[in-house]
Amino acid sequence: MSALGSSSTTSAVPHLDIDPFAIEFFADPFPTHEVLREAGPVVYLDKWNVYGVARYVEVHAVLNDPMTFCSSRGVGLSDFKKEKPWRPPSLILEADPPAHTRTRAVLSRVLSPSVMKQVRDGFTAAAEARVDALLDKRSFDAIEDLAEAYPLSVFPDALGLKAEGREHLLPYASLVFNAFGPPNQLRQKAIERSAPHQAYIAEQCQRENLAPSGFGACIHARVDEGEITAAEAPLLVRSLLSAGLDTTVNGLGAAIYCLARFPDQWQLLRDNPTLARNAFEEAVRFESPIQTFFRTTTREVELGGALVGEGEKILMFLGAANRDPRRWDKPDSYDINRRTSGHVGFGSGIHMCVGQLVARLEGEVMLSALVRRVAKIEITGEPKRRFNNTLRGLDSLPVAITPA
Amino acid sequence: MTAITFIHPDGRSDRVEASEGESAMLAATRHGLVGILAECGGNAMCATCHVYIDDGWLARLPPMADEEDALLDGTACDRLPGSRLSCQIKITLELDGLVLRLPERQV
Repeated sequence: MSALGSSSTTSAVPHLDIDPFAIEFFADPFPTHEVLREAGPVVYLDKWNVYGVARYVEVHAVLNDPMTFCSSRGVGLSDFKKEKPWRPPSLILEADPPAHTRTRAVLSRVLSPSVMKQVRDGFTAAAEARVDALLDKRSFDAIEDLAEAYPLSVFPDALGLKAEGREHLLPYASLVFNAFGPPNQLRQKAIERSAPHQAYIAEQCQRENLAPSGFGACIHARVDEGEITAAEAPLLVRSLLSAGLDTTVNGLGAAIYCLARFPDQWQLLRDNPTLARNAFEEAVRFESPIQTFFRTTTREVELGGALVGEGEKILMFLGAANRDPRRWDKPDSYDINRRTSGHVGFGSGIHMCVGQLVARLEGEVMLSALVRRVAKIEITGEPKRRFNNTLRGLDSLPVAITPA
Repeated sequence: MTAITFIHPDGRSDRVEASEGESAMLAATRHGLVGILAECGGNAMCATCHVYIDDGWLARLPPMADEEDALLDGTACDRLPGSRLSCQIKITLELDGLVLRLPERQV
């Protein structure tokens, strides 16, 4: 584009030689997040030919203008207008208004605050039982034995899944989140191995395979009310299976890792256990278990002073926005007293995580159960990171706990 | 600027200046007001910015959408006839002097 031809009010977009889907990046994304934020409000990543936004203001703006920055062309790198999606698109995540509005309303009601009140006691009892079992062991892996074991003990039952085949749940979720990334090894390998997991999920989404009182059955019941069709219901159940488990696993893992790493914050939580819910929320800001999502421009648009053409992919760095010093005071500190409202760890706008209330409930009751029974959490071995194109979290976190 | 007053359950009150177009929730969180949590950041998804509004003011607000109505069934404190979500109350000059009562808790 010639200087004369470009608008005088728009500025040049810096091109960066950064691969935000490389293993080295995942190992420690924070220095690169800073580079991305400081390079400008909008950057261009030559490696994958996409625009990127890493500052809070631009990330929030893109999230909140779904007609300009659409989801129906995929929220990963793949553009559904040009490439066949690896699975039938989601009716909620990969949809725009007005189609999105109807399906979203169904899931919002299935996972509403009043439904959370109904499941709260059961989720609390399971968290307490889990912590009691861990106190018997004293030393354990906080990822497998806590961050995975607890959601696996409550969410599949709340959904109404059969007992058999649940071992497919985490691999399927991991596949979904890897598939948002570029065609790198993580994505290719995940898709190559996906057939058995996809078959299990497709089967589980059918009405006859879901227990009558669970979230899944509640979705199917909306068919009888005429809100969705019988063909749409299984795909909406699939959304809960895709996004309802690995996310909370990584959220809980982040919270435990934070509280184990920062004993002063653990002490604050012990002094005031009512901070449990905010301690979880702050861990979601601090670690951002979902690091990135893409949008696609539906028209030429000015963003952060840059002119972006139609049909361009924009990568939103949620984790970088959640630590943008322009928005957050001491962004690199984990502070359980922080006012976290406004963080984009669950997204923002019409696509903001529909299961956020489930995540907060699980986080709150688990941290509450822990802090009331445990005096100390110590990291006893080198934590291992798990690599995924979208999710940030650990593979293992050896810890020892001391009873209160 | 429009002045709105939040009354805490213990009777204390906080007056905050709100800009036209922002929500009552945002005005509250911008001023660090305790008692409005707004976990979802104003996306009408969490019901943690619940307020009670007296009849006189309630009648002057635009009616609530179905979404807000459904969320109010799940508030931590009882839903009353004057219950609203403060993230759905857009501040206009006509709302100068608006009084919002805070519930005992939001979660």
